[in-house]
Amino acid sequence: MSVIIHIPTPLRRFTGEQGEIEVQGQTVGDALRDLTHRHPALERHLYNEQGALRSFVNVFLNDEDVRHLGRDATPLKVGDTLSIIPSIAGGAR
Amino acid sequence: MTLLADEKSTIGRAEPLPELGPQEIRRYSRHLIMPEVGMEGQRRLKAAKVLLIGAGGLGSPLGLYLAAAGVGTLGVCDFDVVDETNLHRQVLFGRTDVGRPKLDAALGRLHEVNPHIQLVPHKLRLDSSNALELFAPYDIVVDGTDNFPTRYLVNDACVLLGKPNVYGSIFRFEGQVSIFWGAKGPCYRCLFPEPPPDGLVPSCAEGGVLGVLPGIIGSLQANEVIKLIVGAGDPMIGRLLLFDALKMKFRELKLRKDPDCPICSEHPTQHELIDYQQFCGIPAQPEVPGGDFDIQVDELKQWKDEGREVTILDVRTPQEWEIARIEGSTLIPLQELPDRMNELDPAATMAVLCHHGPRSFQAVRFLRQMGFARARNLAGGLEAWSRDVDPSVPRY
Repeated sequence: MSVIIHIPTPLRRFTGEQGEIEVQGQTVGDALRDLTHRHPALERHLYNEQGALRSFVNVFLNDEDVRHLGRDATPLKVGDTLSIIPSIAGGAR
Repeated sequence: MTLLADEKSTIGRAEPLPELGPQEIRRYSRHLIMPEVGMEGQRRLKAAKVLLIGAGGLGSPLGLYLAAAGVGTLGVCDFDVVDETNLHRQVLFGRTDVGRPKLDAALGRLHEVNPHIQLVPHKLRLDSSNALELFAPYDIVVDGTDNFPTRYLVNDACVLLGKPNVYGSIFRFEGQVSIFWGAKGPCYRCLFPEPPPDGLVPSCAEGGVLGVLPGIIGSLQANEVIKLIVGAGDPMIGRLLLFDALKMKFRELKLRKDPDCPICSEHPTQHELIDYQQFCGIPAQPEVPGGDFDIQVDELKQWKDEGREVTILDVRTPQEWEIARIEGSTLIPLQELPDRMNELDPAATMAVLCHHGPRSFQAVRFLRQMGFARARNLAGGLEAWSRDVDPSVPRY
């Protein structure tokens, strides 16, 4: 099943500046893996060396944080939208 | 009427509420005729004490609108100096303010906007030793800061004191707004338990920021502050607003309290402020990687003059390269370096530069790990080159 993933501005340089990417997957974990398969440069920004999602990367399924759903195992349905939400701080050098 | 109905006793409620003089009634008349504000709301604004952390991009619209709206006590905390590169977005300041402390310039301007309010200057660098004492007298803290350590510090101090933190953040074309209030809902740490490692997320100085963006996000924060004080509408507690200026889209996400949050949950593990530099992975002492790690700009100049063979590698972005560059240098943006190393000679003497130094520092550390033993970091970057060697290179 295909869903859309929103890519935040700080990560768009790893997706050829694309802000929305269509991916395939039955679960949140599948969809994210398909995303990093399509854009391998994203992988180290989303996953740590152990292959787990980095703790400062927030993934929302529609308007809910997947940490409050079933995390990677959360099932997807047609029309769902995933968003990666980065922490941004502002202008300091 | 709202979630905050029971808060009317805690925010902006001095007993009795201060009276408005005839001049104030005239000034605030467009507020007063609205039932959502009215005389009571405006008096509550007058009684309110709001602390603004940072008088920069977000602080500019925040300061201007909160002062204009008649927030009775407005504290401003900043220790920075107005720089020419601030002026494209920090509309509190004009060209004659360049070089002045932001706090002095800001307070002058805000007093000009509204002489009926009390402005309280706090010219200090916020840290764990002064935050609690500084925040204590205020009803609401507004986060207009620009770095992760201060954001975590502002959050934690607000949670410990039970105060709302009106949050706004910007990057390039994107902004976020929320109210983090541990006593009523999630805090910043419930959403972002840990900061990203130092250097992984580019700052505005590297990534840039659309000048209008802080105007939009700061104005939304000011709106939330005013709503909290007068008790009107639905505050952004437990909601995160995302704004994309390029797509002109607003999206909203639900935020939930993390039952294991170290600071705002029912069983907190942290009861005081910590060392936020360390928490954010920023070394207390700058890393000193050995004497030949850096090369100074005058040394590089001498090498060039003597005709020594040296590769000058620029790791900034193509956009920055377009603005200014050292003649004869090679551009490989930092992010592309791992994939394009084969374009470089591992035996070459190399001076690596960026705008100010942090990115070239990372590049040299990486290149040395990869066997480029003679790669060196141009200390101070293109800025130092332009300042000390070749003023014909524009500074940006």
